[in-house]
Amino acid sequence: MKPTLRAAAYLTTGLLLGPLTLTALLLLTATGVALSPLLVGLPLLALAALTGIPATAAERHRLRVLGAPVPSGPHTPPTRPGLLPWARHRFTEPATWRELAYAVLGALVLWPLEAVALTVLVVIPGALIATPVLLALDGAEVKAVKLLTVTGQPAAFACAAAGLAVLLLAARPLRALAAARARLTRAASRGTTAVRELTRSRARLVDAFEAERRRIERDLHDGAQQRLVALSMTLGLARLDTEPGTPLHDRLTAAHDETRHVLADLRDLIQNIHPRVLTDYGLPAAVPDAADRSPVPVTTDVADLPRFPEPVEAAAYFVIREALANAAKHSGADGIRIEGTYRTGLLTLAVRDDGRGGADPAGGSGLTGLADRLAVLSGTLTLTSPPGGPTELRAEIPCRPCV
Amino acid sequence: MPSLRVVLAEDSVLLREGLTALLDRFGHRTVAAVGDADALPGAVAEHGPDIVVTDVRMPPGDGDDGLRAALALRAARPGLPVLVLSQYVQRAYAAELLDSGDGSGVGYLLKDRIGQVEEFARAVEEVAAGGTVIDPEVVRQLLRRQRDPLERLTPREREVLGLIATGRSNAAIARELVVTEAAVGKHVGNILAKLDLPPAEDTHRRVLAVLAFLSA
Repeated sequence: MKPTLRAAAYLTTGLLLGPLTLTALLLLTATGVALSPLLVGLPLLALAALTGIPATAAERHRLRVLGAPVPSGPHTPPTRPGLLPWARHRFTEPATWRELAYAVLGALVLWPLEAVALTVLVVIPGALIATPVLLALDGAEVKAVKLLTVTGQPAAFACAAAGLAVLLLAARPLRALAAARARLTRAASRGTTAVRELTRSRARLVDAFEAERRRIERDLHDGAQQRLVALSMTLGLARLDTEPGTPLHDRLTAAHDETRHVLADLRDLIQNIHPRVLTDYGLPAAVPDAADRSPVPVTTDVADLPRFPEPVEAAAYFVIREALANAAKHSGADGIRIEGTYRTGLLTLAVRDDGRGGADPAGGSGLTGLADRLAVLSGTLTLTSPPGGPTELRAEIPCRPCV
Repeated sequence: MPSLRVVLAEDSVLLREGLTALLDRFGHRTVAAVGDADALPGAVAEHGPDIVVTDVRMPPGDGDDGLRAALALRAARPGLPVLVLSQYVQRAYAAELLDSGDGSGVGYLLKDRIGQVEEFARAVEEVAAGGTVIDPEVVRQLLRRQRDPLERLTPREREVLGLIATGRSNAAIARELVVTEAAVGKHVGNILAKLDLPPAEDTHRRVLAVLAFLSA
């Protein structure tokens, strides 16, 4: 019983999505063609070609109604940040065109067919079953399914029985229809397996890399750093016990100073590998800490951010570090503002400076590296830097907070 | 300086023994040395020390258990001097410590400073005597920031405030900046006025000024 109900519900939601897709396709194509002499139509036509992406994504989510898992999309993240690289990437992906084909097929053929099937298999038998009730309400006569005039209760019950029979017989075709449609959606969503495997293995690699950094940081903290502090203490005490001005005292003083420099270097090194404050307190503490180290004054608004999975926090933190370093090096800015917001599955970090602008995204290998790092998390990095400023670096990472 | 009775909490055996030797060298006695935060209150209750020296990161939680234990001790025994050691600068730690009690008799130092044995011993003694000691690194980071209400201070006043935050007295600040003590007194007065701190007992206002400085 339940699978049949789910199948019927699934097909019904298709009657909402189908016309919507059709409207979007028609509107974009028609206005696009009409305006194409004016050039503004071309972007509209491009947009029409991309309709398949959201339409098929919606189709995938519709599988939930069937109780089926929602497959992941076939698209790979673009290799570079920005709108144009994104568009170029999407238009060269075979998946984009396959999804468009599926959206057109769905909008023109599939949903009208499904509408007919639902009418015959569910709506008509439903109306027949309701005949006795309608007759009782009206008292005199009822036109069953707008065709058959029924005047007496025996005939009405016969109608109801016929309706019930059709409904029972309809269960199997309904389920088959829903299953076929679901299979089509899955087929249209199938990415190139090699590419998907590559993306997954890249993500695994980044995770492993991140875990390794944390391990190194912990080892340095709990091992080398503690031993160096103890050594520095021993040298300091030894120095106290020697006569000032003697060669031994001078040597001990030099060795003692050297350990202090090594400790300072080690602290900076640890800071660059994976700061402990990030592991312990997340972005609300680590971002102001990074801001404190910037030679340019920074105001931060990140206090409300929740904790995120480690790879997300690390990527976000290093984006901010890179942005601060770039702003200090190139922008000539007097002030930097960092804003972090989290809204419905998307973490957004914006670093804005009041400098001279004109930053070249291709210039720094640091930015490209960060964009790669974000791409693994399906995130994006956008740089806006008109000549004269202001420069804004914006990172967006889809994620969920840790509970 | 009279001999101090110290309760020490540090989970690394190496550093625990080193610190005991260091304090001993300066004539102070470590009456108890514990390796986890849960054992700290018991040791303090048993020995009634002149000062508690604790690491921030400690078992059992390996988070900021040492700091939490220190704050709980300060709440239970107002005026108990506490010196907290941290592996990295965390401004919130310093602010929380200064917020405990009336902010006197607390210290917050980077762990690296233990190596500077004389300075470290002096910090222990200052905190035990009711002073306030904040790590120069915290102060250095804060001085680079320019924000209300500290924006109203002149560079010289900011410098003086930074020195107040490290627990220096007016006389010590005067020596450091090579000016007269009266000049320092004037700067301090200006700082307190600019930070809108009402006239009250002087040490209390100094602590409030440092708090404003830390939370800016």
